[in-house]
Amino acid sequence: MIDGIDVLIMVIKVLVVFGFLLVSVLLTIWAERRIVALMQQRIGPNRVGPFGVLQGLADGIKLFFKEDVTPTNVDRSVYFLAPVAALLPAFLAFAVVPVGRGFHIGHRVITLHLVDLNVGILFFLAMGSLMVYGIVLAGWSSGSTYPLLGAVRSTAQMISYEIGMGLSVVSVVLWSGTLSTSGIVDAQSGTWFGFVPRWFIIPQLPALVMFLLGGLAETNRAPFDLPEAETELVGGYHTEYTGIKFAMFFLAEYLHVITTSALVVTLFLGGWRGPNILPFLGPLLFVGYFLAKLGLVIFLFMWARATIPRIRYDRLMHLGWKVLIPASLVWTMITAAMVVLPQEVNRTTLIVVVGIVFEVALIVWLARLTTTALRRGRLRRGDSHVV
Amino acid sequence: MSETIVFLIAGPIALGSALFIIMSKNAVHSALWLILNLMALAVLFVDLDAQFLGVVQFIIYAGAIMVLFLFVIMLLGVTREELLGEAIPIQRVVSGILGVALAGTLVWILLNAYDESAFGSLAGANSAGNVQGLGRLLFSKYIFPFEVTSILLIVAAIGAMILARGRTEEESASEVERHSGEDVRL
Repeated sequence: MIDGIDVLIMVIKVLVVFGFLLVSVLLTIWAERRIVALMQQRIGPNRVGPFGVLQGLADGIKLFFKEDVTPTNVDRSVYFLAPVAALLPAFLAFAVVPVGRGFHIGHRVITLHLVDLNVGILFFLAMGSLMVYGIVLAGWSSGSTYPLLGAVRSTAQMISYEIGMGLSVVSVVLWSGTLSTSGIVDAQSGTWFGFVPRWFIIPQLPALVMFLLGGLAETNRAPFDLPEAETELVGGYHTEYTGIKFAMFFLAEYLHVITTSALVVTLFLGGWRGPNILPFLGPLLFVGYFLAKLGLVIFLFMWARATIPRIRYDRLMHLGWKVLIPASLVWTMITAAMVVLPQEVNRTTLIVVVGIVFEVALIVWLARLTTTALRRGRLRRGDSHVV
Repeated sequence: MSETIVFLIAGPIALGSALFIIMSKNAVHSALWLILNLMALAVLFVDLDAQFLGVVQFIIYAGAIMVLFLFVIMLLGVTREELLGEAIPIQRVVSGILGVALAGTLVWILLNAYDESAFGSLAGANSAGNVQGLGRLLFSKYIFPFEVTSILLIVAAIGAMILARGRTEEESASEVERHSGEDVRL
């Protein structure tokens, strides 16, 4: 059943994905620095290579050759394990993402998919939940106060937001009726009225918003980057790390951004699907669609970082437990009710309408929360004339 | 064939890590070995064609519960030898006897009460898909144990919240009043 050529194809696929992830991390870091610079009216790195595109490579080489300092107060084995524990799940999570349409070579079908698990989405969530170990272990093993504080914060944050994120995935799974990532992409094929793609962003818009919120928190990206808040914790969990170990944490963070974005594309933006306008490109066109959508979602992450200030820790917990989890629970219930509606009802139209109402309600709720928090803050400081 | 190979790799890892859990002197190291142990078990589940159980084992145990374990260990700052002292004098003897009794029971069950004909075929159970089959069983035949377990968990969660909750504002306020009254009298 499995012969040598299949194994060879698998090895090639693994190497290609590995290389793709490494290169895209370098490009993402460069793009982020340039885009954030643009948004802040600066120039950003523009010296190394054309438009500074090789800056990431130069930084990587610098980190690789830097002295690797091991502080005296560390728990050695765990201290060495932590960067690897951060990096591995980020790589593995990408294995379930379908990046393009399968094609034939001879009688062999080549799927652009490392593994097509029938529980693919759950595998991604599992890897996401293992991500936290890198941070926790780094913080604990450093034997230092600030990293420990960062790790404790990060644990609470990631556990809280995992629930909301998982529940928003549940509603997508209910809607598509499958846990397999390729099945979810297949469920998004075709169009409404001949031109609107059947992507889940339309019926599942609230789930997308909640997934993005959870994703920002899970990847420890601004505005949820409290585990490494420079102004409070020096560098957070990686304060005591230097050289190549620090580089591994950096790599893991960006890998996680990329895999989370890839999952957003798979779940809500139709994966690699798009109109087949250039048939002579064959499967390459669909890989191109996937990469374009991926870039768009990664840009969203950068945009959030450049725009929104870091939120306070108690606000973060409040948002996670009192807004995100109840809202995603209610949305899951609504989706479940829609799925079991009788066939005569046009459930897609219904869920789009309900989704918009839900979305508006969520935004109003968030706005009210923020304003009351602001008012309370002013009262406490004694600026009573403001109220 | 591949099933046997995976078992021969994951089985010893599970056993070895289980030994290291009780042999390491550092609570965090024990927790890490336990994580490895749970992961090896997840691999064994997947090896037995129970993909859903395997991945859920990852998410719930390795991903959530063990993170909480580590969180508590880190917060309490339990370090090396503090937990190793014997609190009760004959602890070692009693635990040894109980351990042998448990092992004996398990071996007895495996040798006498294990009846393979009681189970249907794996292909039959997985015919509608692994997740679907499991869900159907869980919400039909085993609905009662399932609901009882969920009630148990809710009770435990509420109990933990009541125990861990500090005094409410009202209680603290009345306390303050009482104290201030005493002050006036003094």
